[in-house]
Amino acid sequence: MTATDRPPLLAVQGVTKAYPGVVANADVSFSVGAGEIHALLGENGAGKSTLVKMIYGLVKPDSGTMTLRGAAYAPSEPRAARASGVAMVFQHFSLFEALDVAENVALGMENPPPMRELAGRIRQVSQDYGLPLDPGRKVGDLSAGERQRVEIVRCLLQDPKLLIMDEPTSVLTPQEVEILFKTLRQLASEGTAILYISHKLEEIRSLCDAATILRRGRVVATCTPRDKTAREMAEMMVGAVLSPPERGARRDWPATAPALQVTNLSAASPIPFGTSLKSISFSVGRGQVLGIAGVAGNGQDELMLALSGELRTAPGMVQSFGVALGAKGPNTRRRAGFVAAPEDRLGHAAAPDMSLVENALLTGAIRKGLTRNGFIDWAATRDFAERVIKAYDVRTPGSGVAARALSGGNLQKFVIGRELSQSPDVILINQPTWGVDASAAAAIRQAILDRAADGAAVVVISQDLDELLEIADSFAVLNGGRLSVPRPVQGLTIDEIGLMMGGAHGMEVAHGHA
Amino acid sequence: MMEFCGINPAVLVASLMVASVPILLAAIGELVVEKSGVLNLGVEGMMIMGAICGFITAVSTGSPLLGFLGGAAGGAVLSLMFAFLTQVLLANQVATGLALTLFGLGLSSLMGQGYNGIKPPLTEALNFGPLSDIPVLGRILFSHDWVVYASVAIIAAVWAVLKYTRTGLILRAVGENHDAAHALGYKVGLVRLLAILFGGALAGMGGAYLSLVRVPQWTDGITAGAGWIALAIVVFASWKPWRVLIGGYLFGGISVLQLNLQACGSRIPVEYLSMSPYLITILVLVIMSSGRGRAALNAPASLGQSFHASR
Repeated sequence: MTATDRPPLLAVQGVTKAYPGVVANADVSFSVGAGEIHALLGENGAGKSTLVKMIYGLVKPDSGTMTLRGAAYAPSEPRAARASGVAMVFQHFSLFEALDVAENVALGMENPPPMRELAGRIRQVSQDYGLPLDPGRKVGDLSAGERQRVEIVRCLLQDPKLLIMDEPTSVLTPQEVEILFKTLRQLASEGTAILYISHKLEEIRSLCDAATILRRGRVVATCTPRDKTAREMAEMMVGAVLSPPERGARRDWPATAPALQVTNLSAASPIPFGTSLKSISFSVGRGQVLGIAGVAGNGQDELMLALSGELRTAPGMVQSFGVALGAKGPNTRRRAGFVAAPEDRLGHAAAPDMSLVENALLTGAIRKGLTRNGFIDWAATRDFAERVIKAYDVRTPGSGVAARALSGGNLQKFVIGRELSQSPDVILINQPTWGVDASAAAAIRQAILDRAADGAAVVVISQDLDELLEIADSFAVLNGGRLSVPRPVQGLTIDEIGLMMGGAHGMEVAHGHA
Repeated sequence: MMEFCGINPAVLVASLMVASVPILLAAIGELVVEKSGVLNLGVEGMMIMGAICGFITAVSTGSPLLGFLGGAAGGAVLSLMFAFLTQVLLANQVATGLALTLFGLGLSSLMGQGYNGIKPPLTEALNFGPLSDIPVLGRILFSHDWVVYASVAIIAAVWAVLKYTRTGLILRAVGENHDAAHALGYKVGLVRLLAILFGGALAGMGGAYLSLVRVPQWTDGITAGAGWIALAIVVFASWKPWRVLIGGYLFGGISVLQLNLQACGSRIPVEYLSMSPYLITILVLVIMSSGRGRAALNAPASLGQSFHASR
């Protein structure tokens, strides 16, 4: 079926929204029919999020109209949207970790029943849709997949006519994605329209009935995803032809102790509700890329902290070329050849209110020799920052701009570029292309491979399986703070990876009965 | 009855209940503020504004009840300033709170000129008839003025509201994750404004209790650090209402004990006892945070962070 066969449930006509300096949506029109699963496709910054926020009443359009079930629809706030039958599952979960499941659900409802009754209804709905949940558990103790179930159940309890899902699968294992899709198909067959935002094209091909493609705030195409290849859709999104990253010729490096050797690394998590690391062992030699996958919250942040030196361990647990570094801090490790780019760009990888020059100094000072006798060599620092900006195509008015002012993708390019430009021996990166558009992501992956070709040992932690399969030589999975035995990427199938990731956290059983 | 150095336990308990009223009121108010994710360090300033405003109102109207209302209003008005600076102008909460304390101390001193040495109208103990003649219990439970009972009732009410009502749930949600609360359509700024006003009013009422009942007269700097103790109690109580009561009585007890020990010429320097509330708070913090990290502390996750709706 195509969109035109169905009675239109939501129609958006000529919606425009401008922010100072950027038009987020320009004259956007599309419609979704009842029971249709409709994809909104586009790169970061294409205006997908702004568009759905307008539909959910979080943002008011400057001009244009919306119609819901034949009536004019202009929600002034999310409450009004929910009252009209529109529900939304957020990209970054809108959950409260210190509250329990029932309380979280109640917060997303207009007129929640008394808590005891609500708990019963949560159990009921979660059984009906094969999404087992215990209403009394604290959300902080749940896995990412379970947290998403909380959000979905919260929406389902309100019997929505239109369900908006903003990048729902980025934190799920492949098996969990399959279960989510079953739930969504079941909902669609019951007549609920689903607006599905994602940039995972294969998922959209298997799930969605129609797609609207946005580029720079405008609708550039509509299509039926099943009839297109993923590559065709990607090129419609980007508006250019994409090429996969190239590997440099493999060189043989002189036999030494591995550039990075981790032995029985165990550490308690310093993060609230975090995951402790449990006897992790692996080694990465010169020129090798180890990809570490896993659902968010399985110890990725902790592993990154332990490798970069922010979290110290017993000396022998982390070694580089035979030198024990486990008890050393980040500066000592940088001197030994380590560079690290943590996941959180604003606040961890970069100081938001400091300029790019200052941010370049913060991690480059040691390896680039930017300080002398405790004084900063500003000329050299500015030069370093500007070379990074140039080499990595960071779009910024200048090097004196605050890190906060850059878009996520540009700041990511700067952060990665800053680390890769320090002629490192060991590169540690968590989520290299999170929230980065396709062409910038390709550039970042290429740069990582180039450094590996120059002889660096690389550890990439990512939730993007396609990315890991593209750049890694060997592949391992973090699950509950334990690392699987690394396996060569060649010959691995997505199913095998899914099993390595711990399957779907006991979900198959639930769906088997449903 | 066993007595030590002329200290009668029943009298001691009864007087610690009275002594802890100001810090109890201020602490439970601040607990609500912090539960909404706002750190208002201006408790001391709001208390002393309440003390002078309550005193002036009571003296000029002759009604202690109106005095307490005036005190609450005084504290609330000052907290409104804090709310404007931190919620509208997004000023740093710590700096603003400290400024509020200094401002309140100065302004109260200015307003209080000419009120030195005046006696306020008396707030009388409630009449429980024969109940107050029960040995020991009568002295402890049935010999107080209405504010003592009100302070306990307010703590019970705050506990019940936070635990059982939707209002309380929304307040906790805003304090836990203001971004998520905003995404769900809750008005973070408004919730916080109301919480700040509530905290200001209770701090003001606590201050009024000092100038109308505890001392009772006006002197500059009458609060003498009670606001800081109230702040410490909130942390000591790990943001749980009933623990505020325990903390309040503990710290109130220490201050009463300190006076009594002084009177009977104890050789422990008074300074040790005055220090002890803070030392205990530090100890509690160390013990609690040595366990399972910040989560075990139960602190609201958004505490002290400004919220700006960017999306």
